[in-house]
Amino acid sequence: MNKSVIFGALTIAGLAAGAAAAGTLDDVKARGKLNCGVTTGLAGFAAPDATGEWKGIDAAFCRAVAAAVLGDATAVEFVPTTGKTRFTALASGEIDVLARNTTWTLSRDVDLKFDFLGVNYYDGQGFMVPKALGVSSAKDLDGATVCVQTGTTTELNLADFFRANNISYEPVPIETNAEGAQQYLAGACDSYTTDASGLASTRATFENPGDHTLLPEIISKEPLGPLVRHGDNEWGDVVRWTLNALISAEELGVTSANVGEMSTGSTNPEIKRLLGTEGTLGEMLGLDADWAKRAIATQGNYGEIFARNIGEDTPVGLARGLNAQWTDGGLLYSPPFR
Amino acid sequence: MSTTTDPQGGTFRLSMLMNDSRYRSLTLQAIAAILLAISIGYIISNLLANLAEQDLNISFGFLATPAGYDINQTLIEYTSQSSNTRAAFVGIINTLLVAILACITATVLGVIAGVLRLSNNWLVRKLMSFYVEIFRNIPVLIWIIIIFTIVTAVMPSAKSYLGEDPERGMLGGIIAFTNRGVYVPAPFFTNGFGGEEGSIANWLLVIVVLFGSLFATRAMTARANKIQEDTGIRPGTLWTNLAIWLVPVAVVLFILGLSWDFPDPLANRFNLRGGLQIGAPLIALWLALSVYTGAFIAENVRAGIQAVSKGQTEAASALGLRPRRTMSLVILPQALRVIIPPLISQYLNITKNSSLAIAVGYADITATLGGITLNQTGRAIECVLLLMLFYLTISLLISAVMNVYNSSMKLKER
Repeated sequence: MNKSVIFGALTIAGLAAGAAAAGTLDDVKARGKLNCGVTTGLAGFAAPDATGEWKGIDAAFCRAVAAAVLGDATAVEFVPTTGKTRFTALASGEIDVLARNTTWTLSRDVDLKFDFLGVNYYDGQGFMVPKALGVSSAKDLDGATVCVQTGTTTELNLADFFRANNISYEPVPIETNAEGAQQYLAGACDSYTTDASGLASTRATFENPGDHTLLPEIISKEPLGPLVRHGDNEWGDVVRWTLNALISAEELGVTSANVGEMSTGSTNPEIKRLLGTEGTLGEMLGLDADWAKRAIATQGNYGEIFARNIGEDTPVGLARGLNAQWTDGGLLYSPPFR
Repeated sequence: MSTTTDPQGGTFRLSMLMNDSRYRSLTLQAIAAILLAISIGYIISNLLANLAEQDLNISFGFLATPAGYDINQTLIEYTSQSSNTRAAFVGIINTLLVAILACITATVLGVIAGVLRLSNNWLVRKLMSFYVEIFRNIPVLIWIIIIFTIVTAVMPSAKSYLGEDPERGMLGGIIAFTNRGVYVPAPFFTNGFGGEEGSIANWLLVIVVLFGSLFATRAMTARANKIQEDTGIRPGTLWTNLAIWLVPVAVVLFILGLSWDFPDPLANRFNLRGGLQIGAPLIALWLALSVYTGAFIAENVRAGIQAVSKGQTEAASALGLRPRRTMSLVILPQALRVIIPPLISQYLNITKNSSLAIAVGYADITATLGGITLNQTGRAIECVLLLMLFYLTISLLISAVMNVYNSSMKLKER
């Protein structure tokens, strides 16, 4: 009798554990909060503002997912992660989704057992140097000391770039972007290398941004995007299509301002399907019909998020470049909502 | 006084395992061992089951693949194309380097501070208590960061030494202190064996010669002692010993063709080239570990000295020994018996605390194998297991060596 009770309890506990491991979507709904992994602070991508509220395109993406899944864009627990802790945090289930300007690579996708769900920023690795140094090309950096964030693809690209050009350098490994900026400004390194967007964002926080210049070379492809654990496809689909919804919304001209009127007034069937007034796309994802509408209404479409956080009118001041819609000569191309 | 008397003789019954005090402790120990084995087995099987559930496996194949990253301070040949194993070895050597350097300086600092804390001079005594209390009561990580910040912020930039007409001259024309480290002339051999193995062989040769000199001088001293005991006259050993130390080494260095590689301010526009660079992270880590652990060793030394009875000092001065010789000939040798066991733990602490190197970007084993390799390959469990194995091995080795020294120093009871 006693034994069977114990075994019964064990079985139930085992089943519960199995279920918990399988359905992140249900977990998030049950918890009422999305655990979203972000950087420890990179202005424009994810950084707390003066009031302690997380701002940036990665932060906005987390909020969009929360709005789509939970109906509340504020129901996000932001978990700051470093380049080193991010994958462990995701693999262990501490966070549901990692939106931390993380480069999509084969080994991370396959060997580390994650699923990348798209690209929210096409980036490339660049170098920042003080203007006073008089360097005009990264190939002039022979013998220089270079600060680089450890545990990143940047570190490997850097080694490859200098080896390919047969020049030498000395790496200074640093943990966080803030530490990198501090070391660079203190003169512990001649150049700071990371994704070009990160350099622009870091430079914007300097006292005299004009004293520093970004070298013209972009030495790598860095498609940055959100990722989730491998094997939980329902959850992966929700996050992937939330990103696609934001991108499609810009392409279709749906903004946070006109989303309400578009959902009823538009005659474009794709807009109607996206905003849930036609078809059952939300139901297929395991969400309600208004999921994408809420995401767009609270965060705006991709273009609005970009312009608000890292666009040319912000201190970070990045041009759309590769991150324009495919119709404008960029790479953003969402599969159709059908 | 009560004693339990167990039944003598008789046949063994199963219940005696619990009720008979001859067997009870064995039974309990066996049960504890079985429980421990079961729980460790459960933890391991749990780990494997969870890994299997996430489609992960344990594999050490990554050790042979190219590391792909560069390391700023390497004592052995290393490029980004070297394997992860090689990167781990670079880290191991860097860990051992900083641990050995810090053990030596911490011991010197600790012994001096510990002796001076008992000085009769009020100012010296108080200064030393100030040192001990300040340094041992602030975490070593903070000391590492403070010293690193001071080195990078206060020292002049590398650029001020560069060019035809530099802002700053090097000390004596050969040593440069920069915020990226200290550059000193590097010795090398022009006639020695070539290649990486060759240069190790060259230095091994020099070390072997030095050891030869050490044994020769000890033999000379033993001979002098014997003559002194036999005849009462001690022959002078200073000049012969000096010659034994210097001449063979000088000859070997001359044959190998010792020359010096000086830091060159003209070769590069960013950094000094050539010479031996002692990086700022190494300096910060070394100094911080030395002063921090030195404070603890000072307390051990003070305790050791105070454990020697005052009568020993009085007897020594009654025999006419000066205070300095009393300390070195009478007090310290006896105090060592008390000092060495806690000193072992301080050496172990230095080795383990050197893993804080990661805070200043020093490429020790935690930074290479446990940091970059772990991140780039994602093999967390394997890397951490190897790290644990390394620190365990090193700590046990240090303990073993120091215990041998301890048993040679401890009171011999005949």
